[in-house]
Amino acid sequence: MTEVLLEARNIGKKFGGVQALKDVSLTIRRGEIYGLIGPNGAGKTTLFNVFTGLYPRDDGEVLFGGKALSLESPHTVAAAGIARTFQNIRLFGNMTARENVMVGRHVRTRAGVFGAILRTRAERAEEAAIRRRADELLHYVGIDDRADALARNLSYGDQRRLEIARALATDPQLLALDEPAAGMNATETAGLRQLIEGLRKDGLTVLLIEHDVKLVMGLCDRVAVLEYGEKIAEDVPEVVRGNPKVIEAYLGTSAH
Amino acid sequence: MLAGMSAKEKAGLAAIALALIALPFVLAMAGTAWVRITNFAVLFVLLSLGLNIVVGFAGLLDLGYVAFFAVGAYVYALLASPHFGLHLPFWIILPIGAAVAGIAGAVLGAPTLRLRGDYLAIVTLGFGEIVRIFMNNLSTPVNITNGPKGINRIDPFQIGPLNFSASDSLGGLIFSGPIKYYYFLLLVLLAVIVINRRLQDSRIGRAWVAIREDEIAAKAAGINTRNIKLLAFAMGASFGGIAGGMFAAIQGFVSPESFILNESIMILAMVVLGGMGNIWGVIAGAVLLSFMPELLRYTVEPAQKMLFGKMLVDPEVLRMLIFGFALVLTMRFRPAGLWPETRHKRELIENRS
Amino acid sequence: MDILLQQIINGLTTGSVYAVVALGYTMVYGVIQLINFAHGEVVMIGAMVAFAVIAALAGSALPPGAILLAGVLAAVPACMAIGYGLERIAYRPLRHAPRLAPLITAIGMSIILQHLALLIWGRNPLAFPQLIDNPSFAIGGAAISGVQIAIILLSMVMMAGLSWFVYRTRFGIAIRATAENVHVASLMGVNADRVIAATFVIGAALGAMAGVMYGTYYGIAHYTMGFILGLKAFSAAVLGGIGNIPGAMVGGLLLGLVEALGTGYIGEYTDLCRWPGAADGGWMGERCADGAHFVLFGSNYQDVFAFLMLILVLVFRPSGLLGERVSERA
Repeated sequence: MTEVLLEARNIGKKFGGVQALKDVSLTIRRGEIYGLIGPNGAGKTTLFNVFTGLYPRDDGEVLFGGKALSLESPHTVAAAGIARTFQNIRLFGNMTARENVMVGRHVRTRAGVFGAILRTRAERAEEAAIRRRADELLHYVGIDDRADALARNLSYGDQRRLEIARALATDPQLLALDEPAAGMNATETAGLRQLIEGLRKDGLTVLLIEHDVKLVMGLCDRVAVLEYGEKIAEDVPEVVRGNPKVIEAYLGTSAH
Repeated sequence: MLAGMSAKEKAGLAAIALALIALPFVLAMAGTAWVRITNFAVLFVLLSLGLNIVVGFAGLLDLGYVAFFAVGAYVYALLASPHFGLHLPFWIILPIGAAVAGIAGAVLGAPTLRLRGDYLAIVTLGFGEIVRIFMNNLSTPVNITNGPKGINRIDPFQIGPLNFSASDSLGGLIFSGPIKYYYFLLLVLLAVIVINRRLQDSRIGRAWVAIREDEIAAKAAGINTRNIKLLAFAMGASFGGIAGGMFAAIQGFVSPESFILNESIMILAMVVLGGMGNIWGVIAGAVLLSFMPELLRYTVEPAQKMLFGKMLVDPEVLRMLIFGFALVLTMRFRPAGLWPETRHKRELIENRS
Repeated sequence: MDILLQQIINGLTTGSVYAVVALGYTMVYGVIQLINFAHGEVVMIGAMVAFAVIAALAGSALPPGAILLAGVLAAVPACMAIGYGLERIAYRPLRHAPRLAPLITAIGMSIILQHLALLIWGRNPLAFPQLIDNPSFAIGGAAISGVQIAIILLSMVMMAGLSWFVYRTRFGIAIRATAENVHVASLMGVNADRVIAATFVIGAALGAMAGVMYGTYYGIAHYTMGFILGLKAFSAAVLGGIGNIPGAMVGGLLLGLVEALGTGYIGEYTDLCRWPGAADGGWMGERCADGAHFVLFGSNYQDVFAFLMLILVLVFRPSGLLGERVSERA
């Protein structure tokens, strides 16, 4: 379990005059749950957005599966095998839960306009497969009973699950979750934890940004800590927990 | 489409089909003008369904849609009239018109689709105007469009011995030119509805709606939003091109005056009022607004003459005012249109496998 | 006559008007990131109201200056009221709706405004009555009229006034703060609703003035004039960088110049008979015999220039000359 899946080298990102990320390097190994924590504004989501092609980076490079990852656009990143969720859930509200997941299959399927208009044999077969896979994933995340409900009518917890299902539909090697537990109650968080552990068991690599330090420490194999756009620690949770810089970054800000 | 329908629904559909087949003869009794009016209404239904792909499915506000209608009409006019002495058959020209309009749509969309939706709206608005300026002025130094005078004596449709501008009688029924066009339009409409339905329930259709709902999320889910948006633009434009070709043939002449901004606004109002994204709503909106001038002519004109003894408000102006209010009021109070799309219901009814 | 200088003068005149109209687009865009689609119609209403008042008073004993002033004093408040109404009806109720919604209501409003104008003032253009002589001055082989001088000066005064207002007054700071971040501005005690309404109203007041100037320059006002003028001014705003106040001014002037010079020279440069070797013989030679012309695009393509500029800017520099990035933010 030591094969490196994603390696980021010296990532830098500026917004106007603000250095949001400075020289950040990290490695995520295949099959692990990798946590990314840090105080508010430390640059976690920015790094996330760089990894997923939403923001162009100013410096550095990302290797994914040993090859340079084109970060040109989110859809090329998705095609390469990185899927993500959003901190403030972004679903297709007026589509059903099933349709949301079916959209996730887009990048792994091919049917075009003519196939659709003529309803060719190949198109029908593909469409049936998309639908089957969507139903499997809805079942996997535990909301198959809500398949025909509009996404905007789902409960908050179910929306989080649906977003994960949609991300999984792109057949990712790396699933990047941006604060999935935000706004969840204790029961929902416990359920989410189970779901993420299940993902690891099924061989998926997970990158997790989280505010809930307890969740991160309990769940992750390794953790990186960002502060002011720089990485101040990266190790197994027990070691990171004892790192004086980390203690200062967290306690220093939350003590007063 | 028929699979999964109950016997009652099938009977209903059959009744509608029969009514549509009988309609032109009923209308002809009131005067052939009514058949013509109905034909134009069907043309506008076609245009609305084309614009619906762009605005309703993909959420791209196209304010110059009439330009593609114009492109289709002029392609037909130039290839089937004495103007250049070309007389190609319609079944060759209509696909050419669709292709040219589709390409025009893609070329126009390419530079703007990266940008935000409101830019697209303005650029398409300008494009509509530019096309009209070119149609008006491309009569010198080489006479291509014949300028503001337009192009006359455009060939009608001709299938073998069947001429769409002449009357034939069959089994005691008189098939006038407009009635023949009516049936042709009905066939095209049927095809366009089927195409729209199939696209909507396809990989591409889902991608369009996903972009409309949340472009960033659509990108993150792996959709190449630029290409998929261009596709919507080109598809919508090519529908406009086909409608334009039929318009040229039915009308027998084209001039830039038929393709002004108000026409684009009218088509947009049909889509918005009926319910963006909902095919049946859009059709209903288009039918309602197409017949509105006649409606006004038979109600508002006499009412004004009775009340004031003269015409105070020109029905044409009133019609545009109604369009304006329709846009404002629909967006404010029924943003999903008068006949909103019920995806949930659709999902339950139509379990395709 | 010096055509170059003359076209520059003409371009600066129309450019000044474009700039003033563009300010209306850019201010509204700055605070709510939406295009005020109906702004062109507001400008048209300004011209129509002023012309109607001026025409009504033209036969009276009032001095010409007072008549002109009365026209402006009627047009400006009327447009301010319409600007306010636009914001309240078409934009405010839909602030949290999908982006498409306010655009569509604004298009609806512009159709309504245009056809109300048609109802009130009819299909025929209103003509500007001959109140005062329009003197013409010769400079360097070209002519500049009194109206042109007045338009250029007045526009400069308005632009300077607006800059002072936005950069030097408390309310101007509130506007800029709202443009920067509406939530933060609200937290700091800025009444965002008021600021947004104010940008519509100020833009409309400027638009009214622009309408009067534009109408006076061409001598007529017509219910359809707002559409193409609005389109051009919007192009000017994008050219300068939408949301950017100095950008709108630069963009407007530049667009006016490009349009005037383009219109002035396009016929000459697209006359194939003037191209070297074109008239030597063959098919073209016949066309060009005896000094004939073969002009591909004449000055009747005037309205195309603004649009071409718009497309070019969007392709090569979507942020405009002075603006920031405008493509979709994450």
